[in-house]
Amino acid sequence: MASVDSTISIPPAKYSIAHLHHQPRRHYGRWLAAALIILALALIVKAFAQGQIAWPVVAQFFTAPAILSGLWNTILMTICAMALGLVLGVVFAIMIMSPNPVLKYVAVFYIWFFRGTPLLLQLLLWFNLALIFPTLGIPGLFEMRTVDFMTPFMATLLGLGINQGAYTAEVVRGGILSVDNGQIEAAKVIGMTRLTMLRRIILPQAMRVIIPPVGNEVISMVKLTSVASVIGYAEILRNAQSVYYANNRVMELLIVSAIWYLVVVTILSIGQHLLEKHYAKSQGRRDTKRAAAAEAEGA
Amino acid sequence: MSSMVVAVELNKFFGDFQALDKVSLEIEHGEVLCIIGPSGSGKSTLLRCINQLERIDSGAIWIDDELIGFRQEGDKLYQLNDSEIARQRLSSGMVFQRFNLFAHMTVLENIIEGPVTVQRRTKSAVIPEAMALLEKVGLADKKDSYPSELSGGQQQRIAIARALAMKPKLMLFDEPTSALDPELVSDVLSVMRNLAKSGMTMVVVTHELGFAREVANRVVFMDHGKIIESGTPQEILGSPKEKRTQDFIAAVLA
Repeated sequence: MASVDSTISIPPAKYSIAHLHHQPRRHYGRWLAAALIILALALIVKAFAQGQIAWPVVAQFFTAPAILSGLWNTILMTICAMALGLVLGVVFAIMIMSPNPVLKYVAVFYIWFFRGTPLLLQLLLWFNLALIFPTLGIPGLFEMRTVDFMTPFMATLLGLGINQGAYTAEVVRGGILSVDNGQIEAAKVIGMTRLTMLRRIILPQAMRVIIPPVGNEVISMVKLTSVASVIGYAEILRNAQSVYYANNRVMELLIVSAIWYLVVVTILSIGQHLLEKHYAKSQGRRDTKRAAAAEAEGA
Repeated sequence: MSSMVVAVELNKFFGDFQALDKVSLEIEHGEVLCIIGPSGSGKSTLLRCINQLERIDSGAIWIDDELIGFRQEGDKLYQLNDSEIARQRLSSGMVFQRFNLFAHMTVLENIIEGPVTVQRRTKSAVIPEAMALLEKVGLADKKDSYPSELSGGQQQRIAIARALAMKPKLMLFDEPTSALDPELVSDVLSVMRNLAKSGMTMVVVTHELGFAREVANRVVFMDHGKIIESGTPQEILGSPKEKRTQDFIAAVLA
């Protein structure tokens, strides 16, 4: 109908378009910005190439035993502190959502204290615990000297893990709140107790919301472990410092450490991406097409 | 027939709003009871009190002579704990308006979750039963799909199968077709019709007056938290005595 009408009403000469050509828009601004940035990059590369960096020293120490053992300690501490942080985070998230006021306010206090004081200060508090408690243990059962227990490893683990738990608790709480109430009711009516429901329904669904920020926090944790160099935990930065105190190649060893941090973080970022894809399954946008198809094919 | 559910003088408040006002109701073994009424009339609340998704403020409910939600000592009723309530909920299955299938599980996983995790039965025993139920609701080919890949009508039939997998004595339906596109309603209703024929005791909160007329043994009309009248489908839907029932039915059919 419409096409018939238009062929009749449009004067052919005026609206003839055979000689017209679409031209893409020209982005002069983009070209200019790119040119300036390339120039700046070239200057930086030139500066580093001519700067007094002994690149062979970087290569030489990249796989030195001290650096590799420091790298291993960094990774070990990241895993242990993050694991402790996750466990504490889940426990305190559940406590803060508890109807029991004692549990709730203990959790509130925990989050308030450990988010409210600097991490470095907490690390020093743990490391120097022997100053106020010379021995640890349950009286009569077992006892040990605090200085024997509170090694740099333990102090770092407690400092980083407990601090991380305070942040993770908030993330986990957000994840739990994101689970639809209908899912909880459905779990209740098939006779699940609160704990079963948490384990089978709520936490698996909360994971989708929890994983991305926790992934970010694992990446932060890799770098946060470097503060442990202050209390003598032999992670990569501490070991790099020990080396450059001996050979004076300060920048070279810092660059070695920086490269290793970047390597670890890059690998973790890829892992995080894969995990997010895994948890997005069954709820992701990719399913909308298939649902529409099911709808169309008739229930 | 003997009474399966006996509810006596139930009161339920949400803040100042009284959702149930001295509601008493008996449901016979094998009976199909449809509850109709305008929104906010308390019909869903009544259903949710029967399986303890809501806690009653006063009154008492028995299912097969077991007091629900409380333990009686002398004249005092003590609230049951979490795991006792969970055990009592096993006597009834519930189907929701919004399906509420577990979003992170496949269809088959949804159905076997209760029998395996809650009733502690072995997967090898439960899976054949689950497949038979899927067969019954006509969706055996969807066993590996996720809920988000299914239409509303398919999801609701899976939800019915999930409730039946627990082998409840009583099935509660809370507006099971209200969230469905009109052309998907009939499949769900036909599954429910077959279930009624098999002798299952059912309480159905619904706006489908045709279904109530055809399948129900008894229809209850509720308004403002009260049961206004109850009777056979012919009595309530055909020649209601109360003005409010007449107005409601006229409005629904209009």
